[in-house]
Amino acid sequence: MTNMINATINGVPVEVAPGTTILDAARKVHVKIPTLCKHPDLEATGACGICIVKVKNTGKMLRSCCTPLDEGMDILTETPEIVEVRRGILELTLSRHPNECLTCLRNQNCELQALAADFGMNASDLPNIVPDLPLDTSTRSIVLDPRKCVLCGRCITVCQQHQNVWALSFLNRGFKTRIAAAGDIPLADSPCVRCGQCSAHCPTGAIVEYDETVDVWNKLQDPDAYCVVQIAPAVRVAVGEAFGFPIGANLTGKIYASLRRMGFKAVFDTNFGADLTIIEEASEFKSRLLEGTGALPLITSCCPGWVDFMEKFHGDMIDHFSSCKSPHEMVGALSKTYYAEKMGIDPAKVFVVSVMPCTAKKSEIIRSKEMSSSGYQDVDVSLTTREFARMIKQSGIDFVEIPEEQPDHMLGAYTGAGTIFGATGGVMEAALRTAHYYVTGQDAPRVDFEMTRGLKGVKEGKITVAGKEIRVAVAHGLANVEQVIDKVRAAREAGEELPYHFIEVMACAGGCVGGGGQPYGATNELRTKRAAGLYQEDQAGLWRCSHHNPYIKELYAEFLGEIGGHKAHDLLHTGYQVLPEYKR
Amino acid sequence: MSDETAVDEIEVEEAPEDEIIVLAQKWKKKKGSLIMALHELQGRLGYVPRESAMKLGREMGVPLANIYEVLTFYNYFKLESPGKYIISVCTGTACHIKGSPKLLHGVEAELGIKEGESTPDGEYHLQGVRCLGCCGLAPLASVNGKVYGKQDVTDAHGLLEHVKHDQPMHVAAESADAE
Repeated sequence: MTNMINATINGVPVEVAPGTTILDAARKVHVKIPTLCKHPDLEATGACGICIVKVKNTGKMLRSCCTPLDEGMDILTETPEIVEVRRGILELTLSRHPNECLTCLRNQNCELQALAADFGMNASDLPNIVPDLPLDTSTRSIVLDPRKCVLCGRCITVCQQHQNVWALSFLNRGFKTRIAAAGDIPLADSPCVRCGQCSAHCPTGAIVEYDETVDVWNKLQDPDAYCVVQIAPAVRVAVGEAFGFPIGANLTGKIYASLRRMGFKAVFDTNFGADLTIIEEASEFKSRLLEGTGALPLITSCCPGWVDFMEKFHGDMIDHFSSCKSPHEMVGALSKTYYAEKMGIDPAKVFVVSVMPCTAKKSEIIRSKEMSSSGYQDVDVSLTTREFARMIKQSGIDFVEIPEEQPDHMLGAYTGAGTIFGATGGVMEAALRTAHYYVTGQDAPRVDFEMTRGLKGVKEGKITVAGKEIRVAVAHGLANVEQVIDKVRAAREAGEELPYHFIEVMACAGGCVGGGGQPYGATNELRTKRAAGLYQEDQAGLWRCSHHNPYIKELYAEFLGEIGGHKAHDLLHTGYQVLPEYKR
Repeated sequence: MSDETAVDEIEVEEAPEDEIIVLAQKWKKKKGSLIMALHELQGRLGYVPRESAMKLGREMGVPLANIYEVLTFYNYFKLESPGKYIISVCTGTACHIKGSPKLLHGVEAELGIKEGESTPDGEYHLQGVRCLGCCGLAPLASVNGKVYGKQDVTDAHGLLEHVKHDQPMHVAAESADAE
């Protein structure tokens, strides 16, 4: 046991492990030091200075986010002098921030606004000088408004270090410093994969989701449109945060009810699509494993951020990719074919909205011609959880009290395997359950594959199916993918046995529960709680394997035919191409 | 690390693409040498075109995001072709006392551009620079690396005539032309 550090904060004794910052030590004794540039996910940069504290013994002012507590330190966090310094920093920050709170997507959910309110920032003698910089809406997934940037650098850290995408950086210096796409070009031409982690980590409205709620409202009012909707696994355990529910509360039934109240004529569930993805993908895996019909390891392709990343940075891995479309695309394609046919509706009138934890889904829906496999664009609009929460509020629905409802089962009934798609490792676990059945003809004695769960960056494990060892890897957060892919590449080049048979990748830390379109403030603690909400539903469910879903069986019997067959291929599968990192 | 040696190692006649590969090979082994490579690149071309920066990044394994952070942080680096004659009027202390602001304004008036700008025909680029390290020659200007000392600050026209007459063409300007 290393020696603990003993010190006092505002006169309260505190004991912490060496290396603990003053900021974290203060939290331990229930002292909340204000922060702006520091995000719990990210290493401190000390950019803003709001978290300044005073060392009583020496009179020094220090940034608590990046200063470790030393033995014997006597820290003061809230003297009039400190408050004055913080107000000064805030006043300077506000002097170059546009006063547009009322027309900003972050209104009432902004870290700068909250600090300004806490510190009672009223009139200032400083002129408001806002840099004249254009909005970047080029990705149509995220919107960059560099005028609102406070130069904290969080988005850059997450884009460069956590995602290894390097689409964002600071340009210039001093007063002219600004956030921009790498190489000062439109974001859509940069390596950006639209994961939206920048927006999820931004403290202000400088990077937000591309809002498409108005399009959806308009369609809902259009008497010619037949609006249907689907919700992703991770949305159900996160949207409640906008309404004061405990983190991780599973609100599936309330979401269905709210969507019907908004005017959607059918309410589907992307979990059904997840089950369907598993049917096709596990079958694809089985034939690659047993019949050698394609490259191993098989790599999952549900995550559009990861698909984009692979196409830009790992083009040599295309053969390893599952050809399965992502679950919401499958539900979209079936809404305009199977559902429309069965209900006798003109598919041209069907308008499919998907509610996703994700900003990249907004780009995925137009990524290739296969996304229009029904003859129409399969998914018309993809909304993030944050947009959906706003829509509930706008529609005047009492989300807390509204009674739960059921989905439209045809494309809405699902198993626990579909639910856990929303967490890192969930796709792998769901696939293993069904792959086991496909290989052996019977269900695994235990369908919980704990090795795939949790927040470790790369998880590895193996199971034995019919005497054959299957090695798997699960990576989340794009920077973690590199080591897995490198291992595969090295083995391939050396002609050695492959390190894995099956790899799951999700672009965002924690998987979709930590997606770039989810409610703000994601930390590992919060990601764990959201994931727990999904695993609880899986445990409690009647069906836990995708191949048990009776509505999936009906779908194949009535409409699709063979698993992996001709029709399934046309509607449920896609292809990939090598993309340049930079479009110019 | 001397710039002259760096330039000498590369054949001027080589195509810029290959030059960048050679340049990247030379610098990529040494950590933290991006700025040296960019310095050399600008020395060759007079500025750092986007395509060259991308190529250099690929060859050195440095993301373009990083390269642009460096390029835009330092005023020294240029992203656009500055012109055939890069006129640097020294505004250091000694030159200032000897009247260099007057010289700078005179050149601005002669060329019809402001400091930091280039003439529309791409012939001239004017910049004010800090001490060039030869204060004994104050007030002075340097054009494409050649120093014009002890200038008459009231005669910007004379300076420009002198420059044109000399045609002190920079290797960089030549290679940029050859592109």
